[in-house]
Amino acid sequence: MPLKSQVEIRDVSIRFGPVRVLEQLSLTVAPSEFLVLLGPSGCGKSTLLNAIAGLLDVSDGEIHIGGRNVTWDEPKDRGIAMVFQSYALYPRMSVRKNMSFGLQVAGTPQPEIDRRVGEAAQMLRLTDLLDRKPAALSGGQRQRVAIGRALVRQTGVYLFDEPLSNLDAQLRAELRVEIKRLHARLGATMIYVTHDQIEALTLADRIAVMQGGVIQQLAPPREIYNRPVNRFVAAFVGSPAMNFLPGRLDTAGRPVFVAGDHRIDLEGYAFAGPVPAGPATLGIRPEHVRTGSLAAPASLSARVDMVEPMGADTLVWCRLSDGTPLSLRREADARIQPGDTLPVSFPAEALSLFDDATGARL
Amino acid sequence: MSGPVTPRGPRPARTSPARWGLYAFLLITALFFLAPLYVMLVTSLKSMDEIRQGNIVALPVSLTLEPWIKAWSSACTGLNCTGIRVGFFNSVKILVPSVFVSIIIGSLTGYALSFWRVRGATLLFGAMMSVAFIPYQIFIYPLVRVFSFVGLGQSLLTIVIIHTIFGLPTMTLLFRNYFASLPPELFKAARVDGAGFYQIYARIMMPMATPMIIVAIILQVTGIWNDFILGLVFAGRENLPMTVQLNNIVNSTQGERAYNVDMAATMLTALLPLIVYFGSGRWFVRGIAAGAVKG
Amino acid sequence: MSASRFRISSRLSAASALLPAFLVMGVVYIGSTSWTVWMSLTSSRMLPSNAFVGLRQYEILFSNDRWLTSVHNLVVFGLMFVLASLAVGFLLAVAIDQKVRAEDTLRSVFLYPYAMSFVVTGLVWQWLLNPTHGIQKLVRGKPDTVIYCLVIAGVWHAAGLVMAIMLAGLRGIDEDIWKAARVDGLPAWRVYVSIVVPMLGASFATAGVLLSTSVVRLYDLSVSMTNGGPGISSEVPAKFVMDHLFERANIGLATAAATTMLITVVSVVAPYMYWRVRKAGVR
Repeated sequence: MPLKSQVEIRDVSIRFGPVRVLEQLSLTVAPSEFLVLLGPSGCGKSTLLNAIAGLLDVSDGEIHIGGRNVTWDEPKDRGIAMVFQSYALYPRMSVRKNMSFGLQVAGTPQPEIDRRVGEAAQMLRLTDLLDRKPAALSGGQRQRVAIGRALVRQTGVYLFDEPLSNLDAQLRAELRVEIKRLHARLGATMIYVTHDQIEALTLADRIAVMQGGVIQQLAPPREIYNRPVNRFVAAFVGSPAMNFLPGRLDTAGRPVFVAGDHRIDLEGYAFAGPVPAGPATLGIRPEHVRTGSLAAPASLSARVDMVEPMGADTLVWCRLSDGTPLSLRREADARIQPGDTLPVSFPAEALSLFDDATGARL
Repeated sequence: MSGPVTPRGPRPARTSPARWGLYAFLLITALFFLAPLYVMLVTSLKSMDEIRQGNIVALPVSLTLEPWIKAWSSACTGLNCTGIRVGFFNSVKILVPSVFVSIIIGSLTGYALSFWRVRGATLLFGAMMSVAFIPYQIFIYPLVRVFSFVGLGQSLLTIVIIHTIFGLPTMTLLFRNYFASLPPELFKAARVDGAGFYQIYARIMMPMATPMIIVAIILQVTGIWNDFILGLVFAGRENLPMTVQLNNIVNSTQGERAYNVDMAATMLTALLPLIVYFGSGRWFVRGIAAGAVKG
Repeated sequence: MSASRFRISSRLSAASALLPAFLVMGVVYIGSTSWTVWMSLTSSRMLPSNAFVGLRQYEILFSNDRWLTSVHNLVVFGLMFVLASLAVGFLLAVAIDQKVRAEDTLRSVFLYPYAMSFVVTGLVWQWLLNPTHGIQKLVRGKPDTVIYCLVIAGVWHAAGLVMAIMLAGLRGIDEDIWKAARVDGLPAWRVYVSIVVPMLGASFATAGVLLSTSVVRLYDLSVSMTNGGPGISSEVPAKFVMDHLFERANIGLATAAATTMLITVVSVVAPYMYWRVRKAGVR
């Protein structure tokens, strides 16, 4: 019966001398959950993962795995398995040996080892490669071996440290699907670190977006995507990036967003709290911008600068009358030329408003 | 599963027995390595009475610099009793031109081999790397004959040429590998600018090769100063280097040996390389890495 | 200057700059080696002669007591020296790699003997092992044990070099492998034995070749420490060659001995070079 453990991080701080990487961070990963730690380099996600693994000491706080306080435990006693960015396979050992060595040293009986290796090899399609050495494998195959080495440990938590970053785009897409399938099949708890927001959106049950050692938002992908809690999260997730329009919130009467000459009606926008008037930024994703026949009356006028056919759809780069850039998506065979003028409108339900001073969602 | 203390924060520092064993091993080994230096120093500062009566590792009771003065100016190297200072100056006379010439020619060769397409260049380089291991004994006899044939015999010029010859493989390797690691665009841009062979060498490549020059100097200074066999055979009686003189002083004395003078002379000979070594910090290790890993 | 003339003159410069190298290779290395080998096939004694005698000098050589002893000494010394230096150097590198304090100081301590001349090394250890005043009051007198003294002095000199090479190799190992081993629950010694040492094959080979070639060349250390004595119990081939070239004036025998040394070196270095070239090509 595959194990699945809960992971609890309580008030963990990690400091290297004067540098504070994480400060009083708390997070609970439910059993069987696939949690992604997403963020740019230096945000502390790898540090957190290494601390959960026990490869790093925490300066303060506790870590609990499967209900046990493992803060002082060695990695091998924590019930975790880990997959590394550089695969970290033992170069002079065959694939089979790589996967079984840890178990052998731990004294697991050989028939059990063979069974586990066989199962993992079958799950990851490695059965034909078992006697090869890492040097004779491709990048994708090596990474699958690394995952296999983690699988045979049959633990309750699997940790992934940017496992796909060393692969090219196509391999990355393939392995992403494999990892998702693996999770569905095993039902184990998985904590996955990446800076690639597409990986995060496709794999995660919940995403923890991190910046500067702080979790900016912890929510399922759809919520992160549609209701980002601050400007950083909004800009980091989504490709092409969200459009940002600077302007002002006018709360005299019905709430309206004023940007230059344009007034955008905010009826139907769900405000987070009491609405403050003042400088704000309006955010809208390219695919949510309504154009052409779908554009509401009293819409703005945008002038097309450049058109990028993307295959599945078309990306249109325009400018509003005051020069603010705007990107929007249209269907693949849209007949739009640079120089055309398009009517565009912003449906209130799809908007995000951010306070200019704090960046927080309004 | 927490014990009486709830685990929180960093792991308690455990200085395990393994850690103690590690430091013990390192300490004991370090003492083994330092012992000769210590004994050498200590013996050279004692009087002969002390040496006869005391034990070898004891600190000198009455410090004396007599042995050093004797070693420098009045120890007997064979027929003359003018001390090892003769050897010191000989070694310097040999060292300076040898280091200079061997580095110039080595760097020039390495430079020519890395950028310019000359017929047989790769073969030459491969051959040079292979012969670097051959023992000197193979070359001694023919070279002695050649040098006496051209009238140079045993002389300062001879030994400088000899050191250049035997330093060529290592120096070439050093510089060629370094130049090969520089971006080729540098060279191409200089060619486009119209620079010629020697101009590129002198104006662009050598200024950039400062780290390698330092490493080369360290390797050559240590190697040439410490050389024994080549100096013995090729330098001539008036130019015998310090190492040869040292051996004469210590090993050719009849009767009771003046151990303190011997050790003082040994220390004097070892002084220059030690200063270079301790003064060069990481450069020395770099030199080993660059020169030892042949090809 | 027109472009083509310019190119030609540069080419000429390059070729002329390589002249010393070609000269050295041709005259010195190839020429000397051929000459020496040729001499070993002649009846030269005090003066060189060109009378070809086939392998006669080698027959004489290998029935010469002094030569056989020197070869035997060298083999005994060589095996112990290379193995001990590799072991000590490796252990030192591993020890220093454990994130010890004062790493730089320790490294300096272990490596400084390599900066010293073999003559200095030999003389210091001669004194240290002096029967009347030295640490070991029993050793130097007995002919059997004198080789061990040479080995100790040699290891003292060379272990630092091995350590430097091994340390460079150790530092080249991916940090993530250590992490993976830790997660796998492998104890540190197991990681070294089963994973690290196999990965350090190239470093061991390099160190081994360097040590082996310096074994064959062994001259300065033997002369300064024991001068071949007592008797001929620490005689070495290089010394045999030198003695017979100069004092004993038997050129034929000396060159035969030198050629034998050459063949030995080539048989160690050639496979190593071949292996390196193949490795570089395959990658």
